[in-house]
Amino acid sequence: MIWNDEFETLPREALASLQLKRLQNTLERVYSTVPFYRQAFDRAGVKPEQVQSLSDLQRLPFTLKQDMRDNYPYGLFAVPMEEIVRLHASSGTTGKPTVVGYTRQDIDMWSGLMARSFAAAGVGRGDIIHNAYGYGLFTGGLGAHYGAEKLGAAVIPMSGGNTKKQIMIMQDFGSTVLTCTPSYSLYLAEAAAEDGFDIRNFDLKVGILGAEPWSESIREEIEQKLNIKAIDIYGLSEILGPGVAIECIEAQNGLHIWEDHFIAEIIDPQTGEILPDGDEGELVITTITKEGITMIRYRTRDITRLISEPCICGRSHRRLQRMSGRSDDMLIIRGVNVFPSQIESVLMQVEGVEPHYQLIVDREENLDSLEVQVEVTEDIFSDEVRILQGLSDRIRGQIKDMLNISCKVRLVEPKTITRSEGKAQRVIDRRR
Amino acid sequence: MTVQQISIFIENSAGRLAEATSALGAAGVNIRALSLAETSDFGILRLIVDRTDLAKEVLTKGGFTVDKTDVVAIQVPDRPMGLGTILNVLDVEGIAVEYLYAFIERCGDHAVIIFRFDNCFQAIAALTAQGIEILSAKEVSEM
Repeated sequence: MIWNDEFETLPREALASLQLKRLQNTLERVYSTVPFYRQAFDRAGVKPEQVQSLSDLQRLPFTLKQDMRDNYPYGLFAVPMEEIVRLHASSGTTGKPTVVGYTRQDIDMWSGLMARSFAAAGVGRGDIIHNAYGYGLFTGGLGAHYGAEKLGAAVIPMSGGNTKKQIMIMQDFGSTVLTCTPSYSLYLAEAAAEDGFDIRNFDLKVGILGAEPWSESIREEIEQKLNIKAIDIYGLSEILGPGVAIECIEAQNGLHIWEDHFIAEIIDPQTGEILPDGDEGELVITTITKEGITMIRYRTRDITRLISEPCICGRSHRRLQRMSGRSDDMLIIRGVNVFPSQIESVLMQVEGVEPHYQLIVDREENLDSLEVQVEVTEDIFSDEVRILQGLSDRIRGQIKDMLNISCKVRLVEPKTITRSEGKAQRVIDRRR
Repeated sequence: MTVQQISIFIENSAGRLAEATSALGAAGVNIRALSLAETSDFGILRLIVDRTDLAKEVLTKGGFTVDKTDVVAIQVPDRPMGLGTILNVLDVEGIAVEYLYAFIERCGDHAVIIFRFDNCFQAIAALTAQGIEILSAKEVSEM
């Protein structure tokens, strides 16, 4: 279902002129209200009125996560605090978090985009949304919550954790939609089975899953284990929160980025150059309607490509290919660039291997080492040593073939790899 | 004529073996024969117990990965060349032994050895044709 027919199917030309008009207004506004942007534009020698076409955007400098940290907490806000009605912060793994503020109109816009996103995933009035994204400083919980209410669906504000209760509520309340991270959805299925329930028999029909990178094989696993359609949603707090882009249920192939509110560019993460249409690179987003915090050419660190071909769902907004990793998740092991998602896709090709794995990176005698820990389930377990050793040899060989790095594969007992109730911790880098 | 063996995946970490055997002990399961295959990273504990289904249930609940396999319990005369005779029969027939281990108790004046074959039935046919005694699951549990 299309929530906002007028804007979601706007012809490309009209969409482009809307983007330009909104971009020009945005640049004028932040140039006068945010000293950081005024200085950055001046250094680049560009005045807002010189941006006469969408390609002129390239003349402006990038904004980095570090810029937000340097202006902690409110330095990048584009409106006085009187206009701000909500604050969120990103989960800063090191040091200070990054803070974002929303005006009342921002919250309205966000709720609208989340409602659009839910509708694109086939969710509507009458649905019961089991919202297991964390409520709090993290944007996931409240972002999905407000969108669900705007849509007119019934929302259960579960938040994360307390898995046993989640399962009981999900079953008793007849939840039809699950919103959480992909890894948590699998954890829920596993925990339900442990309590003697088959989650496939619950009323769930759709999972709207995001906030961490996942692969097509994990999607199959989730769809099969939960008996749902698994929809990929994308967002980041610096830009908005959840609801920046989402897959439509019709195609489940690429995430429509809401281009009436965001301008997407793909750059070479090394050189910063704009890449040709359809090439894979780092996603850069400019917000063109957001008031509280406005991001001009924000480097998301997410690696994807833009799909310009029309989609069968009828929406005119271009699609982002499923994120293949983050440029800052990238591990450099003995000089080779490795994304955890690449190792995951090797593991998924091995019959019976559960998506439960962990990568341990260490340094031994000044040499990087990679250990891939894989859980041994009943499907792959054998009473014969040579069969299990053959399995780990096969995994090691395929990783070597694909990534050209040697690793050690260690088979571990099920559930020895820490289950996360939020984002899965796939990598332990002991070199840091 | 096969006997059910349970096998358990054990990480090479201190205490896991004790946890597995204690879980069985607490459930009143008696271990009749065992062998432990080990590599530098993990081990496989193979057991013949008096109550196989209960043992599997208890271990699975305890978070272990458990498998059941058919193995063959063979009576071996307790004298020089007792085992050699049996292995020769298998060799002549081209039947590979994956692994074997001895039973703790004796059966009369015979030792009992557990054999794991790729194809149990072919092995049983070849051995019984040579007059070698195979023990049934019932006989093993009553030993």
